[in-house]
Amino acid sequence: MRVELSVNGDLYRRESEPDLTLLALLRDVLELTGTKWGCLTGDCGACTVLVDGEPIVSCLQLARQVEGREVTTVEGLAGNGALDSLQAAFVSNGAAQCGFCTPGMIVSAEALLRARPSPSEAEIREALSGNLCRCTGYNKIIDAVLEAAGSRGAAA
Amino acid sequence: MTVTQETNAAEELRVVGKRLPKLDAPQKVTGQTVYAADVHMPGLLYGAILRSPHAHARIRSIDVSAAEQLPGVRAVIHAGNVEQRPYGYGQDNIPLKPDKVRFVGDEVAAVAAIDEETAHRALELIRVDYEVLPAVFDPFESLAQEFPLIHDELPDLIGNVSMRWDFEDGDVDAAAAEAAVVVEGDYSSPQAAPAPIETHAVIASFAPDGHLTVWSPVHMVFMYRKELADCLGLDWRHITVIQPPVGGSFGGKIDIDPHDFITVMLALQARRPVRLVMSREEEFIGTRTRQPIHIRLRTGADAEGNLLFRDADVVSDNGAYNGWGSHAMLVAMNTITSMYRVPNSRIRSSVVYTNKNYGGSVRGFGNPQATFAVEQQMEELADALGIDPMDLRLRNANQSGDVTPQGMEITSCGLSECLRIVREQSGWDERRGKLRERNRGLGAAALIHVGGGARIYGSDGCGAIVKVDDSGQVTLITGASELGQGSETTLAMIVAEEMGVPLDAVHVINSNTDVKPWDVGVHASRTTFVAGNAARMAAAKARDQLLETASELLGAPIDELHVRDGTVEVVGAPERQIDYARLARRRLLREEGSVVMASAFYDPPTQKQVDHRGNISAAYGFGAHVAEVEVDPGTGMVRLLNLWTAHDVGRAINPMSCEGQIEGGAAMGVGLALSEELVIFDGEIVAPNLHDYGMPTTADVPRIVVNLVETIDPLGPFGAKGVGEAGIIPPPAAIANAIADATGIRPRAYPMRPWKVKEWIDTEERSHVIENGSPVDG
Repeated sequence: MRVELSVNGDLYRRESEPDLTLLALLRDVLELTGTKWGCLTGDCGACTVLVDGEPIVSCLQLARQVEGREVTTVEGLAGNGALDSLQAAFVSNGAAQCGFCTPGMIVSAEALLRARPSPSEAEIREALSGNLCRCTGYNKIIDAVLEAAGSRGAAA
Repeated sequence: MTVTQETNAAEELRVVGKRLPKLDAPQKVTGQTVYAADVHMPGLLYGAILRSPHAHARIRSIDVSAAEQLPGVRAVIHAGNVEQRPYGYGQDNIPLKPDKVRFVGDEVAAVAAIDEETAHRALELIRVDYEVLPAVFDPFESLAQEFPLIHDELPDLIGNVSMRWDFEDGDVDAAAAEAAVVVEGDYSSPQAAPAPIETHAVIASFAPDGHLTVWSPVHMVFMYRKELADCLGLDWRHITVIQPPVGGSFGGKIDIDPHDFITVMLALQARRPVRLVMSREEEFIGTRTRQPIHIRLRTGADAEGNLLFRDADVVSDNGAYNGWGSHAMLVAMNTITSMYRVPNSRIRSSVVYTNKNYGGSVRGFGNPQATFAVEQQMEELADALGIDPMDLRLRNANQSGDVTPQGMEITSCGLSECLRIVREQSGWDERRGKLRERNRGLGAAALIHVGGGARIYGSDGCGAIVKVDDSGQVTLITGASELGQGSETTLAMIVAEEMGVPLDAVHVINSNTDVKPWDVGVHASRTTFVAGNAARMAAAKARDQLLETASELLGAPIDELHVRDGTVEVVGAPERQIDYARLARRRLLREEGSVVMASAFYDPPTQKQVDHRGNISAAYGFGAHVAEVEVDPGTGMVRLLNLWTAHDVGRAINPMSCEGQIEGGAAMGVGLALSEELVIFDGEIVAPNLHDYGMPTTADVPRIVVNLVETIDPLGPFGAKGVGEAGIIPPPAAIANAIADATGIRPRAYPMRPWKVKEWIDTEERSHVIENGSPVDG
């Protein structure tokens, strides 16, 4: 079957098996390997992407379910090679160690900041509770999201 | 907060001590980092492993004919059609099991196919005829009886005991006779998993000339290469190991595992590159775990609270094979003899085989398990003596200059300072013992751990090469590996400091055995100390080559030269200057030119322990935590409200990175304490997934307060000591002590999940009813 969707602003048309997941489409077909897989059961959140702005775990979504929709992956956040404010805050706060959870974590945080530009720490914890990180203990990830919210607020 | 105990005023640091982001972070936040499972190459095949469904069984026969005939299958291997030899500590393991499987998950056969689906269909077509044998899962049963024998092929083994390690110092019985108070208890821990978010992934590819290249996130690459060669009969001079960026390890990826050998054997048979990526389920059932350690401990003190002795009987349940996990027992021993000043100590320990997934070298390596026992008894002892537990700890704290009963020479020690900091920040004196009516409590625990390498092998060394090219760019080629912990950045900072260049002038190469100098590998919190010293030594030599040339060109003696931002200046005449790039070019372009390059090898001045005695590490790290919990007596639910930590890191080369190690380690410790456990029923891990395993989320880990105490170790690079494992060690003990303060019950096992805590509370209430002489209801 044929799937047509927009990924990071580019329109793709690809042949796909009916059971192809969005994650496999992104990683194996489109070679956008920034989106990680950690479990394939929706527990770790490493494969989180935005579909029409909403965060979803792409391992539990079939490619054909996002037919005609707009997908944003971690590769779609930085503009013109520069880091977006959230990515920059992850760097400066030491929020990425091994980096394997980072793409999904940043995409979840991006969805939060779009919905709530000035979240409280409790709201950040709630929004990121589906993204597991084994390296950081979360302190520095929460600091990064708070800082990005602050810098975006100041820029607006 | 950073507290520095001593400062060397003459030493002005420009890079070391700064909060600098990791060099590899920009790639990681944009998704550009290429991990092992992201590596693609032409002709790549997909590998998959057939694992034993039985905990203990004899393999009567294997029939792979149907799998071999499936279109798209390029290799099917099993013990009958490959060349392999036993490997591992005690040579008790072999990649594909020839005659017997010893746990659910043991490797039996493997396939390589053109895609994952075909590989998994092929596995389903393999027929294995098993004769199921009785199995043993309880380590005490395994210790007590010789049947069923798990390793009947090893003639020297007595029963299922793989190791017996005993130690005695002083006279424990005499000390016990004169002790004012003795506390005694059994403490146990579960099988747990390192559970990095990236599962294990390996790629193996043979060149037409037979040269093997392996991409693997393993962190002891040189040992890995040797074990591959020894086990598979390959020439190790024709193996290149490339370590791609690692998506977390926590010790889970230290050692070579059967799947590493299997991937190579598949590539050999298929004559094509093979990639094998573990599923999350396989990561739990088929890669290394943290071994449960059961400790019966007695501690005694005199009436003033001076510790008199510790006496321990320990059983480590390391599962079906030794691996290096068997040696976690030795780290547990270090803590039992050397956490605080203990004049008399005695340990009898056994490492036993059981029919379960086996233990490995997970972060903390035996220390959280031992600290859980030792530090609970400190508070039990204090309460029995009527002394504040912090005062008891301070009275017995290790100090610089001490030599412990096992011969560990403590050269820098911030333990007392760490204890005082967390005592004050937590409001310990005002609040401990006074929160019970609100179902809250405070508990503390300290730690001792190696921080200057650990001599397990003949060498504990690491090599480093520093070169400066014609652009003035400095490259460090280090034996050490980056696992996400930030060693690359820390080592670059050390080189930048020593060379007098900004951090962005330093590049680090650390991932290829053809290029990098030898190193034991990442383990035992040794990289900053050992690889850091090697990098600093090589950088100093490279700098001296540049200064020699600068001296000639500027006409000033070397001791009158000063380096600032990669430019050499004459002291007092800064207009006479020349930068590193020009100096490097001068050396290249002159007659009989030379490259600016220097190498160094640092092997710390330590001893391999004999009869458990010897200074195993060149420095020791210390720390203290206080936990505050709230316990719901109705459900047994424990909520961690606060965790205050203070760690003696020697010197924080990069304070942000130190905090990251401590916060991340402490969060893993919180998971151990409250939720993480591989629940095993009839030898089978019941729910091998991240949801049921109980890894802490943002909802479970509170803000962790980190204090860095700088004791400026005499041998550490710029005074630094290792801190990679420290954070995980105290939380199970500190949280148990806090639960005891909140409820009056004494946790004897972790994880302290709600139903267990509820059961302890109910049992305690019933025992009070009996003591009071009232009838017991139901």
